Amino acid sequence: MTITIAHLTRRFGETEVLRGIDLSVEKGELVALLGPSGSGKTTLLKIIAGLDWPDAGVLEVNGEDWLQKKAQDRRIGFVFQNYALFPHMTVRDNIAFGLTVRPRDTRPAPAAIAGKVTELLQFLQIPQLADRFPAELSGGQRQRVALGRAMAIAPELLLLDEPFGALDAQVRRDLRRWLREVLQQAGSTTIFVTHDQEEAFELADRVVVMGAGRIEQVGRPEEIHDHPATPFVARFLGMTVELPVTLHAGRAGAPGLDTASLPRVAMADGPAMLFLRPTDITPVPDPQGRFTVADVTSTGALLRLRLKDDLTSAEPEIEIARRLAPPLRAGARIHLRPEAGRLFPATAGIPPAVAPAIKALKESSL
Amino acid sequence: MSHLDVAPGALAPRESRTVPRLLIGLALVMTALFVVVPLVYIFHRAFAAGWGVFVRNILEPGTLHAIWLTALVALITVPLNIGFGVAAAWALSRFEFRGRKTLLTLIEIPFSISPIIAGICYLLLYGRTGLLGPWLNEMDIKILFAVPGIVLVTMFVTSPFVVREVLPLMQAQGSEQEQAAVTLGASGWQIFRRVTLPNIRWALLYGAVLCSARAVGEFGGVSVVSGSIRGQTLTLPLQIELLFNDLNTVGAFAAASVLTLLALVVLVLKTVMEARR
Ligand SMILES: Nc1ncnc2c1ncn2[C@@H]1O[C@H](COP(=O)(O)OP(=O)(O)O)[C@@H](O)[C@H]1O
Ligand SMILES: [Mg+2]
Repeated sequence: MTITIAHLTRRFGETEVLRGIDLSVEKGELVALLGPSGSGKTTLLKIIAGLDWPDAGVLEVNGEDWLQKKAQDRRIGFVFQNYALFPHMTVRDNIAFGLTVRPRDTRPAPAAIAGKVTELLQFLQIPQLADRFPAELSGGQRQRVALGRAMAIAPELLLLDEPFGALDAQVRRDLRRWLREVLQQAGSTTIFVTHDQEEAFELADRVVVMGAGRIEQVGRPEEIHDHPATPFVARFLGMTVELPVTLHAGRAGAPGLDTASLPRVAMADGPAMLFLRPTDITPVPDPQGRFTVADVTSTGALLRLRLKDDLTSAEPEIEIARRLAPPLRAGARIHLRPEAGRLFPATAGIPPAVAPAIKALKESSL
Repeated sequence: MSHLDVAPGALAPRESRTVPRLLIGLALVMTALFVVVPLVYIFHRAFAAGWGVFVRNILEPGTLHAIWLTALVALITVPLNIGFGVAAAWALSRFEFRGRKTLLTLIEIPFSISPIIAGICYLLLYGRTGLLGPWLNEMDIKILFAVPGIVLVTMFVTSPFVVREVLPLMQAQGSEQEQAAVTLGASGWQIFRRVTLPNIRWALLYGAVLCSARAVGEFGGVSVVSGSIRGQTLTLPLQIELLFNDLNTVGAFAAASVLTLLALVVLVLKTVMEARR
């Protein structure tokens, strides 16, 4: 099951939700669609499933044009964000649904269906829930049932929309590990949607970062983490500290910054923007420093410093392990030593198309 | 308001109960005066001359025919309105189309228009001198002053009941379950029968019950188009009026008690369904 998507666009009235998506997914791959809310992830997933249709573009699976194929005939497994279980059916009947609606000539015998369902219940480790109704299940249990219902039709392609979105933090982490094992054993090609980078990085072979209807970057988790391709991806992956610097012979420099630990880059001399994770910066007490500590809060493991930049009057926030932190109080002056970061040409700025997504991102993180 | 519906714990401060008790008492008295007493009085009058007279009055051919005609009208209109209601709710909740807003408003019209206006419209449309009158006359189709006219007006009056119950529910539930069924390979009919219908069944029944109550009790619209032909086009409400005008009080009350009994059955069904909805 190889999926090829090219120049896919979708608009709802005036809003362009997908602005030309190009992506291919190989057989057996586990791909994450990662992006802020509203970036078009669900829309793309629904188009692949046949629940929505693009305005233009190509969707081919194993060389076959899937835009000519109805959702019923695509045989994909779709797990909805809120699971969409059938409330009036037991867990067993929910899982059996896809088999019982087959046309008579391809429908398995009732005993075969029951056997298949029992097998799936075992596989998903929920045999004790067989006769319950969805209303009697916890969020995590519902998710397993929804997965079981999708897997019952033996789909070659599994599509999961925010599979952990409706669960609390601890359950999320447990289920993530479990899901990875299940998917590995099942061996189906899987695309899942998430807005949580940790989830995407932990589960996926390949991560596709989406912003405002475009693909910003495709790559392995470490690749994306260390080398975000665009300012948008850098910001989305938590590089929230942005400092203007000047490049000279591949080295970044700015007053009040000790950039000795940053590697040289192959970029033209001139102004640039340095993107940093709050945890990749060491504050160094310095009476002549460019930054003033505005206030210090502790999260237990970390100290969070809100700084005042005397040069640009920005207010960057940095974090440092409390054990390693130098004694700092509000009012202290410091300079900063970035340990790792990413440089982008300052002139490029932010492409206008990405700006709304960043705004949405900022709003959603508030 | 809110402090009344939480059960106070042992340590809750005691509040004066005088005002709530007074209001509850007032509500009970008003209900008894305006609702219970008249209802009981209907049965009292119907049975005033004893069981035998009551039964004789019910079995009187005119009244019996009226009961039969009323049942017939309800049996035709209610299923048709269930079909129409589900179809309209499906279309309105699942699709965006031109004229959707207009349809939403149009569906409510029978609620806001007096039924007698519906009756008069049908009169102007199908009457001898009406728009379709000459053509109908030629084809020898009788609509006015006959059962078809009564059915049409009743359908008009009762058409919003099912949609009104089903539509909000279908909108609230959204279409995700149906989409899930699609990805699992279900056909349109399978989705409707196995996913949509079970989800709306109580709202649907509730709407059908309200629809039946109204179909059985409709007076104004029907009285315009029925022509009040004795033993032919009189529904139960019209028959009651006729008996009254004939000064046959016991007969009128007997017929009225049948109608009231139907209403009480509906009320019980409605209460049961409200709990399950
Ligand atoms: N049926 C629809 N009609 C109108 N707008 C829609 C519809 N579905 C999605 N959108 C819009 O498309 C954008 C992307 O939605 P979605 O694909 O759900 O994003 P994501 O899943 O990344 O959060 C949103 O701004 C949303 O409001
Ligand atoms: Mg989404």
